[in-house]
Amino acid sequence: MHNDLILVLVVITALCFDFTNGFHDTGNAMATSIATGALGPRVAVGISAILNLAGAFLSLAVAATIASGLVHTADVTLSVVAAGLVGGIIWNLLTWLFGIPSSSSHALIGGIIGATLAAAGIAGVEWQGLVSKVIIPAILSPFIAGLVSACGTWLLYRISRDMTTRARSHGFRIGQIGSACMVSLAHGTNDAQKTMGIITLALITNHTLPTGSNAPDWVIVSCALAISAGTYLGGWRVIRTLGKGLVEIDSPQGMAAESASAAVILLSASFGYTLSTTHVATGSIIGTGLGKKGADVRWNVAGRMATAWVFTLPCAALVGAAAEGLTHLIGGTAGVIVALAILAAVALYIYLRSRATKVDHENVNSEWTGSVAPGTDEAMAAGTSEPSAG
Amino acid sequence: MSSWINLSAIWKIVVFGLLAGAGLPALFAIGMVSLTRGGRSPRQATATAGTAGPGAGNDVLIGGSVIGMMIAAVCFLIVLAAIGWGIFEIYQSGHPAK
Repeated sequence: MHNDLILVLVVITALCFDFTNGFHDTGNAMATSIATGALGPRVAVGISAILNLAGAFLSLAVAATIASGLVHTADVTLSVVAAGLVGGIIWNLLTWLFGIPSSSSHALIGGIIGATLAAAGIAGVEWQGLVSKVIIPAILSPFIAGLVSACGTWLLYRISRDMTTRARSHGFRIGQIGSACMVSLAHGTNDAQKTMGIITLALITNHTLPTGSNAPDWVIVSCALAISAGTYLGGWRVIRTLGKGLVEIDSPQGMAAESASAAVILLSASFGYTLSTTHVATGSIIGTGLGKKGADVRWNVAGRMATAWVFTLPCAALVGAAAEGLTHLIGGTAGVIVALAILAAVALYIYLRSRATKVDHENVNSEWTGSVAPGTDEAMAAGTSEPSAG
Repeated sequence: MSSWINLSAIWKIVVFGLLAGAGLPALFAIGMVSLTRGGRSPRQATATAGTAGPGAGNDVLIGGSVIGMMIAAVCFLIVLAAIGWGIFEIYQSGHPAK
């Protein structure tokens, strides 16, 4: 099937996903630096945006296309890709609204799998690939990152225990900047590839490109720019949860956490695993709470996140399947357009909802009062048990 | 079982992860502590746990001890070299020569 209009729409939607990926993940690199004041909020997202851009160009090892190890490429059609993206974007936006750091990668994978299931049934999915390449690494990586981070934290405090607090904070803030930059670079290298892979897949499916092609230059550039722009936008809600909601972070912890994240992400990539940078970053941050005596981990927040993670793949899959079902029902180009129009409407709705509890560079570091929405009068009065925005 | 979990990759990631993710920051910290050492005997500071050694009382980062600064320089250089090498490796494996 050869349909250039749908192709254009799919490419635009994919770039939108890339954009949401950008702002969802800014926190992974920068939350700890923003929380300790090592970097001002706007400087932090600016640096992260630039490094993500650089990282996207650094490695072209398009992880064997995000789909080819997970679904049978023969079953992939343009509308499946479109539906998959719809699933991925909606889940990303919802978790962003509630300030929950969740995996953009899993949202995308979930969406595509759901759409494939709806289009081609159970046989369309490579179950072993899914488990061994996505699910098991997803479960293990936060623990590995946490372990590395806990050790790092313990070492850093031990080595620097004779330093005065001021000197130590100052010195480790410098270290934080370096490690946060590494994570941004790693993220650009890791995550931009996914959207490049999806767009390339779409191009191949549409017979615009022969099977087995690498991503064309314009795809690389546009994905790099999209993720960079999203990163700059900031995803303040998620940054807030990571930086303030989980563990109260001091600069040695920040450095240990980001270094652990960078190391695990880059090492895993070299072994061929595209990880969820979010899972790794969160594991590192929790690990840093465990590595420091007297540090407090807000387990209820962690628990909420773990729940969101478990639900990410299935939920995104459900939305993806629903989108594919709808597209199929209406049929042809009109089906895809309707699905994308619904996506745009949902996105707008979520955005408008978020304005009520706005988090931006000014209040991202406010006291954590139990939810991502910082210090509104009702939240303060109701105390920390208010369930509100997630 | 082995087709589901790649144990060899996992333990390598753990080991190298610890070396790079915990070891390099530790090296950075050692460099930092060396840097804050004051002009006197640089060895005293670590011997006295918790109380102020010659360097520990410093509130500024650069303490002035020459040996301290040299050790710090070596530490920081190793960290930077490791990072540079890492980035180079990524570039290499990401741009396979056709």
